[in-house]
Amino acid sequence: MNCVLRLSSKRKISNALYVSLASICFVVALVPLISILYQTIVQGASALNLAFFTQVTPPIGQAGGGILNAIEGSVAIVAIASLFGVPIGVLCGAYLSEYPGKFSYYVRLLAEVLTGVPSIVTGIFVYELIVATQHRFSAFSGGVALGVMMVPIVAISTHESLKLVSQAIKEGALALGISRAKTLVYVLLSSARSGVITGIALAVARVMGETAPLLFTALGSQFLMTSINDPAASLTLTIFDFGTSPYDSSHSLAWGAALVLLLIVLGLNILVRVATRQRVKGEV
Amino acid sequence: MQETQPSRARSRARHSDLFLFVLVLAAISVPLITVLMLYELAKGSIPSVEAFGLSFLFNSDWIPNPPNGGQPILGALPSIYGSVVTTSIALLLAVPVSLGVALFQNELAPRRIRTPSVFVIEMLAAVPSVVYGLWGLLNLIPFMRDNVEPILQTNLGFLPIFTGPTMGLGMLTAGVILAIMIIPYGSSVMREVIAAVPRSQREACFALGATKWETIRTAVLPFARTGIVAAVVLAMGRAIGETMAVTMVIGNVARISPSLFLPAETIPSVIANEFTEVAGNDIYFGALFELGLILFAIAFVMNLLGRVVIARLTVKAGRELRA
Repeated sequence: MNCVLRLSSKRKISNALYVSLASICFVVALVPLISILYQTIVQGASALNLAFFTQVTPPIGQAGGGILNAIEGSVAIVAIASLFGVPIGVLCGAYLSEYPGKFSYYVRLLAEVLTGVPSIVTGIFVYELIVATQHRFSAFSGGVALGVMMVPIVAISTHESLKLVSQAIKEGALALGISRAKTLVYVLLSSARSGVITGIALAVARVMGETAPLLFTALGSQFLMTSINDPAASLTLTIFDFGTSPYDSSHSLAWGAALVLLLIVLGLNILVRVATRQRVKGEV
Repeated sequence: MQETQPSRARSRARHSDLFLFVLVLAAISVPLITVLMLYELAKGSIPSVEAFGLSFLFNSDWIPNPPNGGQPILGALPSIYGSVVTTSIALLLAVPVSLGVALFQNELAPRRIRTPSVFVIEMLAAVPSVVYGLWGLLNLIPFMRDNVEPILQTNLGFLPIFTGPTMGLGMLTAGVILAIMIIPYGSSVMREVIAAVPRSQREACFALGATKWETIRTAVLPFARTGIVAAVVLAMGRAIGETMAVTMVIGNVARISPSLFLPAETIPSVIANEFTEVAGNDIYFGALFELGLILFAIAFVMNLLGRVVIARLTVKAGRELRA
């Protein structure tokens, strides 16, 4: 066969040029990631010691102290959020896959739109809904704000995971006379388990890193909470308050808190991806 | 025996009703949240709407507590201006890079590194906004102040956008950090729409002897054009609503100035900064709610448009695949 195609050098060059341009774009996008990881690890590691995990935050500007109250607050707020957000989200996702139709189409579309609504809007919404009526900032209201954000995220990922379950398994279960509710729990959700759990874990990681919805709900605090009706600190609020202050010792504490937050958030992301080796659609 | 059968069926039917009821309740939560959000934001904005009406959108003064003790004078124009400028900078920088990343991941990268390349960009998306803000405040601002802004000023200082003191704290840095933050989102949506271009298009083009780039330019990009525009709209919606990182690097001054080096503010940064400092000033409080309502409306419309277009495209691609 002698029909070897000879490319003109102009075409060759323009191909090489654009192909390398796209590759350069990819490298350029990675530079900030590397810089952020490097700075957080280097600056954050020097802040870490035992006291960092056993003491509460000092007044801004003072050295010493730790982030125990921030860790406690973040865990409590995300736990409250999950208590609301996960069951409602999973059941909503189940409805979308069990009863496809016009209503489901619009609910799914609205859920996608809601994930794009700025989180600070969710913050003032929950302020008006709960903080203004109870007349106090609280960990509870912070949890509700993050829970409101979790519902559409979990609903979409659950819907996507349930779509992948084969119709035959479902029909088999129904043909055996198993009720729809039991089929959903023991057959459908059970087969889609890894996808559903991945979606929940990613939603937890996402809201764990949120600051804006907590500014006017959980507010932040220098102390450990005594109840969920108290204002609460969080890792993100601590990073914001200490990072924007003019003092070096406060910056060091902010970097330390950022390192802990990044380890949790990126750790969760990496863990679920390695564990399930499955991408959940619509997670971003 | 014959008695129990129908009653069991009835009880099962009742259970099934309960099951449907619970699922419907959960499904209704999504529209319910949307409507409640709109209602609470609108309710909160009433004092400001009554005081300013439409002039709120065109007034450039922001005087919450006038020195003579009169009514506050508040206009959203400085924050709208800041949002428009920072978002434009972000899109100008992020759209070409996102497209490059998406093409690299979908069309160009060797098969072996595709999955890892998607993975690292997803890590970029997972970094919390406040960590971007901390990095922006303590690392990016000094870098912009000492390296980028002086170079821009010496070479392009005749343009009004590159005049004034180079402080690092301002609209340019905010735009750059927004660009970094929306690249992962923009590129992942673009990857989705590029993947929806039928394989046959590419194969036909390669069969005619086209190079990789010629295939992308003549077969892939024209097909994905609508989807790419939708991706840009979605990325714009993200950039407009981004709060923490921008609040930490923009300097927060209510001012309209052509220079990108000067501090300014955006709609979300005003809300984040001033919401807890209102203390009994009803009109001021209402104005912040009205800003929230404007933000909600912009983000809602952009996301709806982008999502509807992309849903149409991917459904169409799926149908062609099956056909």
